[in-house]
Amino acid sequence: MLDLDVFLQQLITGLSNGMIIALIAIGYTMVYGIIELINFAHGDVFMLGAFLALTLVGALGIEAWGPSGQVAGVAVLLVGSALFCGSLNWSLDRCAYRSLRKSSKLSLLVSAIGCSFICMNLGLFWGGVPMEVFAGGNAAAAPKDFPALIPQVNLLGDGFLRITPADLLVWAVTIPLMIGLTIMVKRTRLGRAMRAVAQDPVAASLMGIPVDRVIGATFFIGGALGGFASVVYSLYNNTIGFQMGTRAGMDAFTAAVLGGIGSLPGAVLGGLTIGCVRAMSDQYLELRWTNTIVFCILVLILIFRPNGLLGATRREKV
Amino acid sequence: MKIGYLAIPVAVVCGSLMTAGQVAQAPVGTLKIVSSLPRTGSANAQTNTIVNGIRLAIDECGGQIDGWKIEYQDMDDASPQRGNWDPTVEAQNANSAAKDKSCVAYIGTFNSGAAKVAMPILNRAGLVMVSPANTYPGLTKPGQGEANEPAVYRPTGKVNYFRIVPTDDLQGVYAANWAKELGVTKVFILNDRELYGKGISGVFRKQAEKLGIEIVGFEEIDSKAANYRSLVTKVKAKNPDLVYFAGTTQTNGGQIGKDLRSGGFEGMYMVPDGCFERAFIEAGGAENLNGRTYVTFGGLPPEKLTGKGAEFCSSYRSKFGADPEAYAVYGYEAARVILAGIANAKTKDRAGILAAVAATTDFDGVLGKWSFDADGDTSSQVMSGQIVRGGEFEFVKVLGK
Repeated sequence: MLDLDVFLQQLITGLSNGMIIALIAIGYTMVYGIIELINFAHGDVFMLGAFLALTLVGALGIEAWGPSGQVAGVAVLLVGSALFCGSLNWSLDRCAYRSLRKSSKLSLLVSAIGCSFICMNLGLFWGGVPMEVFAGGNAAAAPKDFPALIPQVNLLGDGFLRITPADLLVWAVTIPLMIGLTIMVKRTRLGRAMRAVAQDPVAASLMGIPVDRVIGATFFIGGALGGFASVVYSLYNNTIGFQMGTRAGMDAFTAAVLGGIGSLPGAVLGGLTIGCVRAMSDQYLELRWTNTIVFCILVLILIFRPNGLLGATRREKV
Repeated sequence: MKIGYLAIPVAVVCGSLMTAGQVAQAPVGTLKIVSSLPRTGSANAQTNTIVNGIRLAIDECGGQIDGWKIEYQDMDDASPQRGNWDPTVEAQNANSAAKDKSCVAYIGTFNSGAAKVAMPILNRAGLVMVSPANTYPGLTKPGQGEANEPAVYRPTGKVNYFRIVPTDDLQGVYAANWAKELGVTKVFILNDRELYGKGISGVFRKQAEKLGIEIVGFEEIDSKAANYRSLVTKVKAKNPDLVYFAGTTQTNGGQIGKDLRSGGFEGMYMVPDGCFERAFIEAGGAENLNGRTYVTFGGLPPEKLTGKGAEFCSSYRSKFGADPEAYAVYGYEAARVILAGIANAKTKDRAGILAAVAATTDFDGVLGKWSFDADGDTSSQVMSGQIVRGGEFEFVKVLGK
């Protein structure tokens, strides 16, 4: 066991954790980019995605599908949770945020906090569903064990350094999604419409862009990424709970701000930075300093680059 | 004279009514016992069984003592937001019990941190408090915790807080002794930054040093983290035989067990009684913990109890149709020691009952014969060690005496 092995292992852990954070962060940054709302409910939409995934595991009996069937099962979970979280996020916009578009940003923010509480309590009820995967629903608030459909064994043999199929899953889901999303925003009609609405909604609508529909699509895509993240998170950590959205949401929001809120590559960079800083601080300092270190770095970066690492300087809208 | 003839039957009727009244024993008054335990959240399975134990004890005395009706109220000190005990709710519970004139005893708390909140409030109210589960030494023992403990919990200077479980200064010592017996030479110690975990990890560390076990790491974890993979890497690099986590299921004892396995740590994992509940095995995954996870507990598991304890288990089973969890017997014992206090009290008020409970000596309980000392601690020092096997806790041995 070399010091280098320890460093590489922490890098792998940091990258895996960071990618999950990044996937969630994209949801924050996309919504902020287009309507300047910090969608506090996003973390809880992510949490509900994990609950749906666990429900599907129980309802479809995915654990009994055999090794190759379980991989197919994971694909079902990814699609199911992504559609569910996308639709849920879209509905939040439709029901709670759309009618407040012309109100002050503060009412929008408060209503987002309200949505967050509603979702969190839905998760609490959901945990009480009397299914075997929810431990019979006896303790609704207790953390739930998520079956290891993707095994946590070492692909590199018996050495110190470990890469597990769960690590590979995180990367195999996250990297293509990020590339796909970047291409979509840069190249497609919808992507161009989104950028136009982000720059100036009034001008965009004058050019014939259906602003509300574009905003709805943004919520859907952000939510869907949260859905993918929820399945990846559940398979990587093997535990879910109704409060997991709060911490995951906070890490992701920090990542979005660090990278420059509104910027997609920024959210990814922010997520990876936070993941790696956490792992390195755990290793080379003490665990109890990790949160402090993360926020100190955030403060330092915001002092010298107020718009985050990759944030564009933009004029405040009037 | 006419009146005289009438008066006799009336007197007879009145007399017979009075006798009838005495047979049915109209209650002299109501005495209320309340409990304050985390009923929402993952400790729920444990507290359900404590509450069942309390109900069983009250039912066994027929719900009344010396003509006083015994009422029981089950309060929750957890909030859904925390999924765990909440200081605000605990303070509310203690205040409402203190204000309620008919309330004469307070069973609680489950968490040592919650006891810190309730103790001064109840001390001012002169209300007797018996905890079925608090193990943090500083609550009662001078010189074991902070400098101002335990005086800070006794603003009136009188002792009103009692507990029937042995404290962590014993549990930490016995855990370290057991580790030594298991052949551990290097240990990595973790705690959850809570009162309970910090206390017990400190004691464990001291005893381990004394026994010549090398301490290769000591970390305070973030109990809300999604996973502990980087911690596991750090642990593995130090190559310990044992990871000792001083914490509870609610502060992620299960997730650590899971990550130790998925991170490829091959050694043993030991936790204290805060993880001695089914929820710990459910959160950690039976396979991950199997055959390598050791749990200490300040008492004996229900199936190892003898005499009165075995009687308790069988009546519990027949009444509730389920096996009692580890702490059920402590709920039962706490209620019984209070009921005995009520029966022995010269005046059936807070002061009388407090004095009677404080005077408990050689109490013939389900945990054997024990007494309360001047600080409010039990004289019982029986502890046990368990291992997780096949998704269950399996009794290994008695630790301590």
